[in-house]
Amino acid sequence: MKTDIGEAAMHENLYIKQAEVHGMSQRGGDVQSNLRISSNPIHSDLIAKGSADVIISMEPMEALRYLPFLSKDGWIITSSKPFVNIPNYPEVETVMADLAKVKNVITLDIEQLAKDNEIPRSANVILLGAAQKALGIEYDKLENAIRRVFGRKGDAVVDANLKALAIGKEAQR
Amino acid sequence: MRKLLLGDEAIAQGALDAGLSGVYAYPGTPSTEITEYIQNSKLAVERNVHRRWCTNEKTAMEAALGMSFMGKRALVCMKHVGLNVCADPFVNSGMTGVNGGLVVLVADDPSMHSSQDEQDSRFYGKFAMIPTLEPSTQQEAYDMMEKAYELSEEVCLPVLMRVTTRMAHSRAVVEVKETPRAENELNYNAEASHWVLLPGNAIKRNITVTGQQADLEQRAVASEYNKYIDGADHSMGIIATGIAYNYLMECYPDGCPYPVLKISQYPMPKELIRRMTADCDAVLIAEEGQPFVEDLVRGVMPGNAVIKGRLTGELPRTGELSPDALKKALGLPVSEGYPSCENVAPRPPALCQGCGHRDVYTALNEVLKEYPNARVFGDIGCYTLGFMPPFKAIHSCVDMGASITMAKGAADAGQWPAVAIIGDSTFTHSGMTGLLDAINENANITVIISDNLTTGMTGGQDSAGTGKFEAICRGLGMTDEHLKVVVPLPKNMPEITQVMRDEINYRGTSVIIPRRECMQTLQRHLKQKKAQEAKQ
Repeated sequence: MKTDIGEAAMHENLYIKQAEVHGMSQRGGDVQSNLRISSNPIHSDLIAKGSADVIISMEPMEALRYLPFLSKDGWIITSSKPFVNIPNYPEVETVMADLAKVKNVITLDIEQLAKDNEIPRSANVILLGAAQKALGIEYDKLENAIRRVFGRKGDAVVDANLKALAIGKEAQR
Repeated sequence: MRKLLLGDEAIAQGALDAGLSGVYAYPGTPSTEITEYIQNSKLAVERNVHRRWCTNEKTAMEAALGMSFMGKRALVCMKHVGLNVCADPFVNSGMTGVNGGLVVLVADDPSMHSSQDEQDSRFYGKFAMIPTLEPSTQQEAYDMMEKAYELSEEVCLPVLMRVTTRMAHSRAVVEVKETPRAENELNYNAEASHWVLLPGNAIKRNITVTGQQADLEQRAVASEYNKYIDGADHSMGIIATGIAYNYLMECYPDGCPYPVLKISQYPMPKELIRRMTADCDAVLIAEEGQPFVEDLVRGVMPGNAVIKGRLTGELPRTGELSPDALKKALGLPVSEGYPSCENVAPRPPALCQGCGHRDVYTALNEVLKEYPNARVFGDIGCYTLGFMPPFKAIHSCVDMGASITMAKGAADAGQWPAVAIIGDSTFTHSGMTGLLDAINENANITVIISDNLTTGMTGGQDSAGTGKFEAICRGLGMTDEHLKVVVPLPKNMPEITQVMRDEINYRGTSVIIPRRECMQTLQRHLKQKKAQEAKQ
């Protein structure tokens, strides 16, 4: 997903910084990536507290983990399906109630949507579509980025991802 | 040409474009992607640039020095603790000097995202008396590689390039050269006596290298990477090194009101620092890592300058810097986001489902129920996660290879059972010599080499000893009677536990090798196979 956004931003001659987490945390732990895009040069690789415009998350509790970084007007775009690999995962209702306290939230069962639409490998791109307005990137630019990123893998893969993007777009408010 | 590159990738591309002939490295977060990028580079394949993984950082450092001896440009990459492993050749490469340019790239890991300490490699650069570079942006990292090779060849010394996690693992758009520089030709100009560090030669060489220090410092003062930016408000000046400079600039989008000294090349440009301490009432020092600059500036003699930083609490004493840490130190308001959510549970890393290490720990815990005083000495790798629940299986983890030697020391002290658990790649990195010590004394220890056929923790790089472990153990003196191989699968539990029980009860050195492929590489291999079949 960040490759798609990065590709779209680079193509528009925007500045990008994208700090990732590698190494031990990748063994089932919480993993996040900071992505910054700007028309002006960007200094810090990390996002300051209270200044993230969007949190895109593949898991609802993980979206909540980074709340202190979200600006008061920021958006959470998250998958609604919990990934429970720890014994003390909170009650799902608690997680959903905490998410509902945030001003701007879109929750989507992306796995189910992907399954229903026969695009099982493009679930995360649905989230990207749902984040389009919050990211402030024009829809056709994301489409073009997907064509460039997945073009090598053939038309079927490109079409599946474009379809996923469109499903996400529809879920926006 | 513009490319979206990780800091690590920018460094790799910079080295290739500077005419690199060989990269030598052992995988280690956050440095691994440099070598991987070169391994996947078309240019590196065309030029046959050396790019295979090494057994450890010491063999890597020495091989790179050998390539430099022959006049070619070489790169050594490692994580910060890897520099401890190759400290001997590293420090002495400062004494021999170089022929072809030699860059030692060390990626530090402040906040210990994937490490056991947060040591700052700049101390090593000072210790070895060589120039040290610390880029602040991915573009600077790319550009610096060419400069680093030129500098190395001009002053005939290796150059230490120090980055930290955020630089290594953050992507940005980098403008790269269209045409890479040609490689150096092989040359035999290196046959000077300074390559033979006999005391008589080394004494002369020491005078030369210490004599070079004033020149190296002058180069740092004049460096394009160190800059003094004056500001209107002299109530304070700010020294910011490497990526700390980014966090500072982030705090002042319209320009910093105070004078700023950005440092990205060492030895310390003292002249520029003196200018700041003379011009400003106080100096704030922001650096990623330990208070290296701050300690040197502060010294011990009382002075007029007020120096603020990690040692006085304006900035956190340990851990990474962040834009928020700088804001607090500068007395700027920190933006308030949402309050942190109380109901979020920590999600610590864990061994993958189906991982062979899991079966090894399950069996070991089962057997050790019978030995309540058993002590298990762990090592560095995925299997260090055996410390976490549900296994809680290891009592120590210190450095690469320490499982075997600490178990031996414990056995020497009278401990039984003393069990060492070490991965295949860690064993060839630093475990073999310790096993030889144990075998030579028939130390009463049980060594488990948990072989998953790869260097797992760093993402599945080739492991130097794959296919050779029984032969290595036999070569070191193990007899087949106490050298056992098992397949760590739940269905084999009775066999594995019996082997473990027998070998713990044997009063001497025994080695058990549970062997099954890593789940991560297995999935990758199955995927590749499927893709290949689809093509046919």
